[in-house]
Amino acid sequence: MWEFALDHAGYWAIIGLMMISLYIAFSAENLIKRLVGLSLFQTTICLFYVTLGKVTGGTAPVLLPSDMPVHEVAHEALGGGGADAHLLAGAGERVADLAHTYSNPLPHVLMLTAIVVGVATLSVGLALIVRIREAYGSIEADDVRAIDVETAIAQEAEAEKDLQEATA
Amino acid sequence: MILETLLVSAPDWAIRHSTVLIPIIPLIAAPVLAMSPSSRLAWFLALAATAASFYFALLTLGIVQATPGGVISYHIGNWPPPIGIEFRVDALNAMILLIVTAMGFLASIFSWPTIVAEVRKEKIGLFLCAFLLCFGGLCGVAATGDAFNLFVFLEISSLSTYVLVAMGSSRDRRALPAAFDYLIMGTIGASFYIIGVGFLYAATGTLNMADISAQLPSLGGNRSMQVGFAFIIVGLGLKAAMWPLHQWLPNAYAYSPSFVTMFLAATATKVALYALIRWLFTIFHPDFAFEQALFYWVLAPLGIAAMVICSFQAVFQTDIRRMLAYSSVAQVGYMILGVSIATAAGVSAGLLHLFNHSLMKGALFMAVAGVCLNYQGTTIRDFAGLGRSAPFTMTAFAIAGLSLIGVPLTAGFISKLQLGYALFDHGWWWAVLLVVFSSFLAVFYIGRVLQAVFFQPPVNPRKHRKEAPLLLLVPLWILALANIYFGIDASFPAGLALDGAVAALGLEAFQ
Repeated sequence: MWEFALDHAGYWAIIGLMMISLYIAFSAENLIKRLVGLSLFQTTICLFYVTLGKVTGGTAPVLLPSDMPVHEVAHEALGGGGADAHLLAGAGERVADLAHTYSNPLPHVLMLTAIVVGVATLSVGLALIVRIREAYGSIEADDVRAIDVETAIAQEAEAEKDLQEATA
Repeated sequence: MILETLLVSAPDWAIRHSTVLIPIIPLIAAPVLAMSPSSRLAWFLALAATAASFYFALLTLGIVQATPGGVISYHIGNWPPPIGIEFRVDALNAMILLIVTAMGFLASIFSWPTIVAEVRKEKIGLFLCAFLLCFGGLCGVAATGDAFNLFVFLEISSLSTYVLVAMGSSRDRRALPAAFDYLIMGTIGASFYIIGVGFLYAATGTLNMADISAQLPSLGGNRSMQVGFAFIIVGLGLKAAMWPLHQWLPNAYAYSPSFVTMFLAATATKVALYALIRWLFTIFHPDFAFEQALFYWVLAPLGIAAMVICSFQAVFQTDIRRMLAYSSVAQVGYMILGVSIATAAGVSAGLLHLFNHSLMKGALFMAVAGVCLNYQGTTIRDFAGLGRSAPFTMTAFAIAGLSLIGVPLTAGFISKLQLGYALFDHGWWWAVLLVVFSSFLAVFYIGRVLQAVFFQPPVNPRKHRKEAPLLLLVPLWILALANIYFGIDASFPAGLALDGAVAALGLEAFQ
């Protein structure tokens, strides 16, 4: 039991962080805090992917000299157009040939994209908060809601008055 | 036969690259627009880009129908699929691409008068740039065959949507909190999707949709696959405004610029729904026990709840755009109900309703945009008596409204009829009753507006006899007439929907 829990310590940490950040994003009244929660949530996803890519005993996914491919000749024989077929055919047995174990690099690459998406989301969110501050003078969600309700009631009253004037 | 003439006349490169050109053209045009010196030039460019995408979507549909297997597979950068990114178009996405590009094209025609009125002049180029990014992202979601690539396109379209919604703040500052809420919920939805993809990647070691689907049966009851499935359904459900994950939608539709509302209502939720169908049927298979449980215990009840509860909420709205937004959630409920039967008839009814709904909501929101332009108000009171001062706009509104109710001889009738048949075949007669009941509620909320428009004297003091501009009337009437035409001869959309359902479920469902 304990062994299982400790083996997956990384995942437990990720689950905990995910819950905390999601809770912040839902419940915080301050808009900045909500954005912080959201950002944390996205970062946790990056952690999750990076943990997935880790192979036990694996090193960073950069080929060490002893694993350097020696297929320069083969490459030329195949020509430029055959590069794909060569890559595909090589993918299976190459893993078995390697002297060292490497972690899976693909999740890291995916997370580069996800980080860019996260930065874009954060900046759009912050820009919106600046505009909300200009328009409402507050960045507390409940203040903004209260102001909205007030305006709605005022508008309704004004429309009612217009209607009465029109019918009178 | 139009498709065949297109195919014959198309140059070789266009046929070879048509799938990838649909999203690429608007994505490349977008930064050009942002830098364009004149706003009118920017509009022309946006028009040209969406028209080009529409052309290539038609071409893609023609190619899909002409190829025996019905699948186009395009390898980006010539990297073969399991390693490289693949654009994979079959009858299902060809239909969605056609809807998105057609609505995008019509939207960009009518955008000019409304954005001139609602957006500051120096921002028009940037505004159209965001629109094209959103459009390109949606096309990309519909075209791609790679799970992670779908996430990237989804985020491209969503991020630009937040910006577009926030642009409504020049008219009503409530657009800003609406955009912010949409940002929070949309990002959580996309993040859930990406977590799910991560679990599936851990289970299968691949991101290509076709490859994932091929590997899943061998995994049996693998837990991480089921967890991934759950995350993906919730994430895409949020994007598709599946009840009760629709909370972002009414405010976002009610306060964004009227052009944006029309475009989003006709396309954004449809594309997310497409992605949901893709995951439910093509990648995962309805044979999995947990998926059957999902259909029966989650999707069907949620679909029904959406169509009844949100129709009720629509009845009590005073703002027309808000009312139509709630009605949109209800219509998504119909589609989800159709999908949840998981038979060919059910899925094709859902897809047909998706097609028709984008026609009618497009027309309704376009008419509302026309009213908004001239009379600066979107409450029912502002609509009173407009039947006399803007007869053309309001007649089109009435046609689309009747189609939304499901009156015979309109497109909405056909798809509700199909849905009813599918439900009967499945033995869910009680669901048919609920569909009828929800349509009855639609009679109330649309009827209330029509009554005010045609039978009440005008009360809005700012009102003077004024029709919407021609640039708006032409696409509006194209949509309104399409609503009638496809209500009388539904063979084109019904054929598309059936092909789409066949492609989604696999051919064996028909034997």
